[in-house]
Amino acid sequence: MSTTSDLDAVLDTYHGRGREALLPALWDVQGALGSISPEHVHQISHLLRVPEADIYGVIGFYTLFHEEATGRRIIRVCADPTCALAGADEVLHGVCARLGIDEGETNADAEYTVEHSPCLGLCDYAPAALVSERGQPDKSLPRVTAESLLGEWDDAYFTPAGDADSVLLNDSLAAAPQTLSQYGDYAALRKALSEMTPDEVIAAVEASGLIGRGGAAFPTGLKWKFTRAAPGAVKYVVCNADESEPGTFKDRVLMEHRPHLLLEGIALAAFSVGAGKAYIFIRGEYPKATAILADAIREAEAQGLLGANIMGGGFALDIEIRRGAGAYICGEETALFEAIEGKRGFPRMKPPYPTTYGLFGQPTAANNVETLCAAPLIINRGADWFKRIGTDGSAGPKLVSVSGHVGRPGVYEIEPGITLRHFLDKVCGGVIGQLQTVLMGGAAGTFLLPDEIDVKLTFEDLRAAGSTFGSGAIMVFNQTTDLPDLLLRLGRFFQHESCGKCFPCQLGTQRQVEILQRLPAPQAGDRERLLDVGMTMTEASLCGLGHTAGIAVMSAMEKFPLLFQANGRQHD
Amino acid sequence: MTDEAIQFKLDGETITVPRGATLLDAAEAAGVDIPVICYHEATSPNGLCRICVVDVDGGRVLQPACVAECQADTRVETRNERVLRSRRTILEMLNASVNLEQAPEIQQMMADYEADDSRFPDARLREAEVIDDNPFYVRDYEQCVLCWRCVQVCAEDAQFTFALTLKNRGHETSVATAFDIGMTESPCVFCGQCVGVCPTGALKPKVEWGMEQGWDADELRRSTRRPRKRKDGARRGDS
Repeated sequence: MSTTSDLDAVLDTYHGRGREALLPALWDVQGALGSISPEHVHQISHLLRVPEADIYGVIGFYTLFHEEATGRRIIRVCADPTCALAGADEVLHGVCARLGIDEGETNADAEYTVEHSPCLGLCDYAPAALVSERGQPDKSLPRVTAESLLGEWDDAYFTPAGDADSVLLNDSLAAAPQTLSQYGDYAALRKALSEMTPDEVIAAVEASGLIGRGGAAFPTGLKWKFTRAAPGAVKYVVCNADESEPGTFKDRVLMEHRPHLLLEGIALAAFSVGAGKAYIFIRGEYPKATAILADAIREAEAQGLLGANIMGGGFALDIEIRRGAGAYICGEETALFEAIEGKRGFPRMKPPYPTTYGLFGQPTAANNVETLCAAPLIINRGADWFKRIGTDGSAGPKLVSVSGHVGRPGVYEIEPGITLRHFLDKVCGGVIGQLQTVLMGGAAGTFLLPDEIDVKLTFEDLRAAGSTFGSGAIMVFNQTTDLPDLLLRLGRFFQHESCGKCFPCQLGTQRQVEILQRLPAPQAGDRERLLDVGMTMTEASLCGLGHTAGIAVMSAMEKFPLLFQANGRQHD
Repeated sequence: MTDEAIQFKLDGETITVPRGATLLDAAEAAGVDIPVICYHEATSPNGLCRICVVDVDGGRVLQPACVAECQADTRVETRNERVLRSRRTILEMLNASVNLEQAPEIQQMMADYEADDSRFPDARLREAEVIDDNPFYVRDYEQCVLCWRCVQVCAEDAQFTFALTLKNRGHETSVATAFDIGMTESPCVFCGQCVGVCPTGALKPKVEWGMEQGWDADELRRSTRRPRKRKDGARRGDS
């Protein structure tokens, strides 16, 4: 067990640093003591020259930080739709009953605290839980039961990973992360450094047609071009590994299985835009992927593939991992910058955009994990190869995360252009039971009815159908699914994750839940209320979270109108 | 900002403004009323209340007039259906969470935008006890709309005192001191600027509050007396 003197030694290493070190310092304090006391806030305040009130505000913003003592072990059980289908509520209540506590409480001998959690990114092994030891997320646990959570853990899981010709993930991958010797010596980076200029790398990425895989679908080459062209001596690459969209777990799988592919992609981005420093901002709920990436960085640095004077060619890149602390909003790129800068994760107003004013006010290319993983493939195999896969609007292989009522939930690499029906029937093992609806794109996505699944899985076809590819989440629900319960869980997710900055989202996510709680017996006027709340969030909010917090509910109102009729009940 | 002028349409009228002017500046110059809650000329704009949103070229989302710059050749509408719905709904949602009894400007907006003051039944009001912990002002966060102005003037916008922060998040956000310590234990220097910029009755001079409570002159004098300085000059955190 760590002691206060150990902690002093750790905090000594922060001398000379500023506010940007706040989240790492808070993690260290919490790791040593289990929670963050006023005395330690005082100490950090002097060390990093950050006001105590600001530190207190930061602790309260991130749900994985605690100002009050918790149990030595914190069990968080996922409460989002896929895990709910698999009995997560029963697991949570079962654990609480065995410990004689209510949800959110700590048991008498302070051994356990038990809470529910937003999506943990283990939807293919639902129900999932995250266990923290002394304040540090330690293990993601698949297919938990109340007995297993309080007894022997089995933390082994392996996600199905496409077929033999898949390039991002395929069946040849073992359960263990790919090592450097298995991956190769960064041939794409070697090629870029020895044969190409940064502009040529950007031109190749532009020509490939790669668009961002995080949900916003912005052309990657253009983003790199803007960042490179922006005035400023210091530039950054930020890898957005804050994957938190319910039903999305492809980035976790990439990081756990192909860490070097990601690192090489980051290096290519940094070389292209002219950055010497890159951050991987990874959600705090992904301890396994965090450890794997840290090992991979050390491995690559030891081989001269990262760090100073890479491959002897003069290019230097320092990649630093930053852990999030429980805030979905930090997947919004400007909120993510604020978190790295040691602040509450409030999204900034845009413009200015990150390519000119990003992390620490400098030009920044912020890219999703899967997007960065595509870069080495493009450089190695050529832009033409990439472009030939998929469609004009959706070039290249695309990962989708499928969960819920299907035969084989998991992450699949698909060629954009196949239909959703083909994917469900032929790729992921078919729908279990009778299909009721598919939630496409995660909690911020839209519902498709059984007669709408002939839509092609491309950015452009889904958009034309009034839906969204989003982050590639496909959540499948059969006729046994309780739709009001599903909608309430989506509503609660946004209520919990709204940062509280802008009025439409801060208030709208709360009002939305209050109305959804009345389903399936809504009051007169609830339909109009939900529509006003949803449209106001969509049109007037400050950031993408607010813009999409009402989308699924409004989609349900369109697809399942009877659910929202006062004095009427859904019969089917 | 340069001297260059640009033209655009504001509610159908062509107007000319210097490049870099915000839509709020332009509307004010043109005599078009755009409501604001969080915006204050003495604080950095955060564009967070969104009551000032306007429609620019029928774009996917509305733009906050307090920070959005005028763009040449655009068509800006300040009172179309989309704008009115957002403003009305924001006011109705705010009224359901916050006690607005002592916010006459917001009440006037409610009337202007035909906001229904009981639109959201069974809504969660952010209830809070009045905090009376110093001789100068009281804090009633049940009346707080979270405009952030007090936190901003306490920090880089004016005083650099950093007594205040925001705690928690989402609908449960509130203004607080570090660990909710009393104001006299905090770095607060009682400059009063937070009280000055508060748009509601959330921050109020102690005398005003005491008079509302019906205190007599003696009680007012007693309760607004400065605390005596500690003789040893010790500060919190020193041991």
